[in-house]
Amino acid sequence: MLKGRDLLEPMDFSIKELEDMFDLADRIIEDPAKYVHACDGKLLATLFYEPSTRTRFSFEAAMLRLGGQVIGFSEPNSSSVAKGESIADTIKTVACYADLAVMRHPKEGAPKVAAHSTEMPVINAGDGGHQHPTQTLTDLLTIRRTLNGFDNITVGCCGDLKFGRTVHSLIKALSRYKNVKFVLISPEELRIPDYVRKEILMKNGIEFEEVRSFQEALPKLDVLYMTRVQKERFFNEEDYIRLKDTYILDKSKMKLAKEKMIVLHPLPRVNEIAVEVDEDPRAMYFVQAKNGMFVRMALIMSLLGIEG
Amino acid sequence: MLVNSIEKGIVIDHITAGLGAKILEYLDIDLANNTVAFIMNASSKKHGKKDIVKIQNVIDVNLDVLGLIEPNATVNIIENGQIIKKIELQVPERVTNVIKCKNPRCVTSVEINAPHIFHLIDAENREYRCEYCDEIVCMKGDY
Ligand SMILES: [Zn+2]
Repeated sequence: MLKGRDLLEPMDFSIKELEDMFDLADRIIEDPAKYVHACDGKLLATLFYEPSTRTRFSFEAAMLRLGGQVIGFSEPNSSSVAKGESIADTIKTVACYADLAVMRHPKEGAPKVAAHSTEMPVINAGDGGHQHPTQTLTDLLTIRRTLNGFDNITVGCCGDLKFGRTVHSLIKALSRYKNVKFVLISPEELRIPDYVRKEILMKNGIEFEEVRSFQEALPKLDVLYMTRVQKERFFNEEDYIRLKDTYILDKSKMKLAKEKMIVLHPLPRVNEIAVEVDEDPRAMYFVQAKNGMFVRMALIMSLLGIEG
Repeated sequence: MLVNSIEKGIVIDHITAGLGAKILEYLDIDLANNTVAFIMNASSKKHGKKDIVKIQNVIDVNLDVLGLIEPNATVNIIENGQIIKKIELQVPERVTNVIKCKNPRCVTSVEINAPHIFHLIDAENREYRCEYCDEIVCMKGDY
């Protein structure tokens, strides 16, 4: 049972708990009309200490589509935070009014401080470069719906693997399933950090390879998870120019991929996926964004203990 | 000499030379109101050189702090000039408000009342993970 629990990092829930929640998300996707009153009379607080319109809209849309209401702030300047109130005091006050809270904060671990200060469920909607668990739930739900599960799949992660927290969380979450293999595609400068390589992949005996060539990796993959490679991550302009086109997914590169491979991206994209790929049925990133709202609906219902 | 014997108190012996000052700092003993003897670079049969700390009339010190910084030290409790108890130190599983997270992105840098909590992840290397930001610190190093 997830009632009353917090979601601070993707591993907070067991595989069984995740499966139950994804089952609920599937039922909501099948018949959203059935859930329009599921959260009648419930109130969600969205505490966004830094702006993230996309994530906030996704949570607000989720609550409103369940018949609940939303209060909150989207920049700290306009709230009591500007007066120097602690996170603990803010959440205790909010708990007097709301039934659950979503927190986005630039400091790592801020939602955990909030969760420790109240009985009310707290959802981490991103804490600095640390965790973004509802993005991981979104990614997992999309893989589950399109590939019918997680066992025996080969997942390619491409782009900025060094700073890309969504990739780290996804690898961590998928490492719990059977025979998941990873192909890590990145420039030398942006390779996966040691702690992911040692603490998650090697420790759990997970098969993985690190490659530079995107083209070579593509035919093996069931999932291609693309992330942004930002220009400022490179040490010099030369490397950037040399590599910038290597990792751009376009129509010609898609020809190398399996017929059933899916392309995911946490969005927003810059130029790492050419717009021409959008019409390819394997491009799942906008479906993924929509799934993000549905999985948040399932999460809100689960944490509030509402039967679906 | 007073440093050789105390009637009642605690003797922390076999401290790796150089770590004595760090232990005193972390133990947070009120140096103004306690008699404390701090011997640096005493000769040691085992290690060549060692530090020793003796604190008069203080019996209970934070053993977690000692286990964290120097688990190989020995702790003797003295009463009536005799060692009445030897304490085996252990590397603590969890420490609260002993070490502070150095990650500038960690929430503990802004939330002043949040306790600084660290969890042991590797006893041999004395590696600890911050409860909030997962930053790893190695207490064997020069923390
Ligand atoms: Zn920390």
